[in-house]
Amino acid sequence: MSTGAPTLPTGMPADALGHRRHILDLDDFTRTELAGVLTTAQSMRQVLSRDIKKVPSLRGKVVVTLFLEASTRTRVSFEQAGKMLSADVINISGSGSSAEKGESLLNTALTLQAMHADLLIIRSPHSGAPYFLARNLPRTGVVNAGDGRHAHPTQALLDLLTMRDHLGELAGRKIVIVGDVLHSRVARSDIHGLGLEEAQVVLSGPPTLLPPSWAALPAHVSVEPDLDAAVEGADVVMALRIQKERMEGGMLPSMREYSRRWGVTEQRMGRANPGALLMHPGPMNEGLEIASSLAHGARAQIEDQVTNGVAVRMAVLYQLLTGTTNGVNA
Amino acid sequence: MPAEHQLMSADDMRRVVSRIAHQILERNQGAANLVLVGLQRRGVPLADRIAAAIAGFEGTAVPVGALDINLYRDDLTSHPQPLVRPTELPVSVDGRVVVLVDDVFYTGRTARAALNALMDLGRPEQVQLAVMVDRGHRELPIRADYVGKNVPTSLTQEIQVRVSEFDEKEEVVLVEHERKVLT
Repeated sequence: MSTGAPTLPTGMPADALGHRRHILDLDDFTRTELAGVLTTAQSMRQVLSRDIKKVPSLRGKVVVTLFLEASTRTRVSFEQAGKMLSADVINISGSGSSAEKGESLLNTALTLQAMHADLLIIRSPHSGAPYFLARNLPRTGVVNAGDGRHAHPTQALLDLLTMRDHLGELAGRKIVIVGDVLHSRVARSDIHGLGLEEAQVVLSGPPTLLPPSWAALPAHVSVEPDLDAAVEGADVVMALRIQKERMEGGMLPSMREYSRRWGVTEQRMGRANPGALLMHPGPMNEGLEIASSLAHGARAQIEDQVTNGVAVRMAVLYQLLTGTTNGVNA
Repeated sequence: MPAEHQLMSADDMRRVVSRIAHQILERNQGAANLVLVGLQRRGVPLADRIAAAIAGFEGTAVPVGALDINLYRDDLTSHPQPLVRPTELPVSVDGRVVVLVDDVFYTGRTARAALNALMDLGRPEQVQLAVMVDRGHRELPIRADYVGKNVPTSLTQEIQVRVSEFDEKEEVVLVEHERKVLT
């Protein structure tokens, strides 16, 4: 019989992540650690497809989500992941909490630590906020669920899992990321993760929204503002969400011009490799950065990305909250 | 290198698998309603071997599944973190006789976790347990239905069941350690 012939390397040390209390970005991950999380996520995905979508692993653990910025899929998927592992999940948003009364982020976090929260999952508009908390919370672990323009590690993990499901090993594969790369925490974390996988990353989009200092980019990353040229022979095309406020700030041409030059269309996908994947971290502006016919077409992985998001967040919670050296309220 | 000595050779293991296959058929009056479920990791190839033996005797292909119990452990915060491997059952366990297959039967905590994991997947008519080696030291009121070999052990000893899928050679060995080992 087949036991699922995992496409990911196995045989990693069973507690490869056991030392880790926080996940702030993928830049401090090793290949082994990354492979461990993705293998665990594949097993977690199987729990998602059962009739009884719950296992008792994190019984008695308290996970708090603190979202100081709007989010549907990330917050709900962390909540669902925690609940399926039997953790108690408490959700706090900026509005309606003491943050509204002007309580500092640190005091809010210390309050939650005093309530014996084992893990704090934070989304913040300010780059670096999760790092600040990780330094100042001696007993509660921190997961970065998106900080400003900086990082979104669990999004990168779900993107990597989705790519590996279809492409297997990613070494040497060509991944195009198109859109507002300059302000994108998704692109930054994906670049770190894809670097560990030894994939080639090509960034495309309006020159005003691409990294200004190209020379400082890591060796596996290149820039090609012309999307037609960038997509040539690509294995994955990932469109980023265009934030309409960037247009008002003068960093973007008109919507029509953006869509004409950098929108992912059928014709452009035709230049990519046969079987190339189309991805988008969501929420999508259909008809702007991605054609509607493509967004719901055969190549689109967008719903798989959402499902994989729950699986990788289950893996992350499991890795951080079990094992002997998790160091939280032990 | 800790000292070790062989308890069973590959031939011994093959004979034990044949015997357990016969015992399962005898007890359940055939293979009609059976499903074999190997516990990750070494229970899985052992379940495959029992299924192959049953196919040889009866001409019936018994479905074989794999169960990972790590998400059901009772020591997740006091033990090095285990890697969660896939759980895959080719058929629903509802109304079937499930034979759990594992390599070493020790405290009974793995079997307890396996029962909970199985119940979350359906409602079997009956659950039985087959093990290659029973080394004693039970901590829970659980027994095995089919035992390859009973081996009295001390807590500083370890039993390793080696299978060709994961190990260099097929055998069962007893390893002597200086102190008690976590397994």
